[in-house]
Amino acid sequence: MKLSILDLIYILSAFSFVFGIKLLGKPSTARRGNTIAAVGMTAAIVGTIFLNESVMVKNYPWIFGALILGSIIGTLMAKRVQMTQMPQMVSFFNGMGGACAALISIVEYDHFLHHTASSDSARIVILLLGLIIGSVSFSGSMIAFGKLEEKIKDLHLPAQQVINMVVLLAIVGLEVGMAGGYLSNPAFIYLILGLSLIYGLLFVFPIGGADMPVVISLLNSFTGVATAFGGFLYDNKVMLFGGILVGSAGTLLTVMMCKAMNRSLTNVLLGNFGSGSKAASAGKTITGSIKEVSASDAAILMKYSKKVIVVPGYGLAVAQAQHVCHELEICLEAEGVELKYAIHPVAGRMPGHMNILLAESNVSYDKLVEMESINPEFKTTDVVLVVGANDVVNPAAKTDPTSPIYGMPILDVEDAANVIVMKRSMRSGYAGIENELFYSPKTRMLFGDAKKMMTELVNELKASA
Amino acid sequence: MQAIFQFISDHQLMIYLIVLMIFVGVELIGKVPSVLHTPLMSGANAIHGVIIIGSIIVMGQAENLFASILGFIAVFLGTLNVVGGFVVTDRMLEMFKKKK
Repeated sequence: MKLSILDLIYILSAFSFVFGIKLLGKPSTARRGNTIAAVGMTAAIVGTIFLNESVMVKNYPWIFGALILGSIIGTLMAKRVQMTQMPQMVSFFNGMGGACAALISIVEYDHFLHHTASSDSARIVILLLGLIIGSVSFSGSMIAFGKLEEKIKDLHLPAQQVINMVVLLAIVGLEVGMAGGYLSNPAFIYLILGLSLIYGLLFVFPIGGADMPVVISLLNSFTGVATAFGGFLYDNKVMLFGGILVGSAGTLLTVMMCKAMNRSLTNVLLGNFGSGSKAASAGKTITGSIKEVSASDAAILMKYSKKVIVVPGYGLAVAQAQHVCHELEICLEAEGVELKYAIHPVAGRMPGHMNILLAESNVSYDKLVEMESINPEFKTTDVVLVVGANDVVNPAAKTDPTSPIYGMPILDVEDAANVIVMKRSMRSGYAGIENELFYSPKTRMLFGDAKKMMTELVNELKASA
Repeated sequence: MQAIFQFISDHQLMIYLIVLMIFVGVELIGKVPSVLHTPLMSGANAIHGVIIIGSIIVMGQAENLFASILGFIAVFLGTLNVVGGFVVTDRMLEMFKKKK
């Protein structure tokens, strides 16, 4: 067996992917990890174009045209996107990868028809699987993208599960038929393509907007699997390697995200959050009254505290209040107040979403404390400022077994001496349940848009300084 | 059935590789703090862009207009996945620099 230079490059690229992902797992090395994987990828691409001995690569102008065009547009999109829109950007790029996998299968099938006399059913199975998974990933990612952009609403068809099942069975049936040689008309591949695209739509449509991160992660691993099938098709080990790596890592990541929300993957995919237990918890009404607080009183309360913990949530991201949040931190620290941020694993739209947003506005990384480490600290905290978070601070998760979020780990903000909740209205959070924290004698509500109210707090602090 | 067995015996090494990679993937992600889940997902997203190699092979072999057009689109979309994926990840991670 002859080892060509290309094989050597592929081995190094594959190594760079594993090593890159490994480094991505630690904040201090993450950026280097990304760069290493990118270098490995570039080497693999350049090598494939120039050093291919088994396949004669021609059509250089076409290849370079597409590469240059893609690089320019890809870089522009990635550079221009707002930090709050990162999740949908990832979803979009993932969809592109899926579409790429699907297109490869279509061309390869065409090639196959013209050049191979005997039918090789195992190859067709792999080719079609690449097509199906790639297409589902593409259309699903586009819907996820649309939902996060809030251009597409949740849609529940009647008998959704039955329709999904029928479409899926039809796809499997066609695949078996084509691989077994029962369906010889090449047009059937377009039927599979169409049905797979429809399945992707049906798959993502009923899933709630707040569950999109889980879906994106899942679709991400789908594209990984489609890539692996591509690797099988071309007997290309670096494709197989990268694809399986992403497929398995992505699946685990999906499961971990679900776990952080205390939900099963099936539950997320069926899109029926809490529908079973809603009736049970509706009977329980929360007694107590709500106390409002003005921005100036809240500012004074914080100014004379020793320790303040900020709990950011999706409301902070929507209002783009991360910069003014950092300003508040500076003002309070100037007054000698110790300030930390408590980050719940599923705060925001994606795990780590809050960290990225706050880091963007120059909040120091070590001020962001994860749930397990910060929970014991609430007892010694004077004021907790909850900014646009709801379900992640709902004590019902610990006390009320009938609550749909029962069992989800939450931030123990009720242990603090005072809680100020900044919220646009009394509307319940994603889970659609009441939060008794708001009625607690310790709690005061500060109604308004997070950015506006934060700015008022900062102004009050500056005025009184 | 015969064909499937034939296929498995032809690709034994690949199948070993798949099994091993599944475990490597799981091990690599298992100990990551949730803070890094989003960049990690984004980085993994860029890595599966290695599908672009398949599209380059398709494009490089294209003999008719049909294959050329689809191949061109495939290379373009694959590039978007790779370049966009790595750049977005880098932008996210840029934020994690230690301040001060």
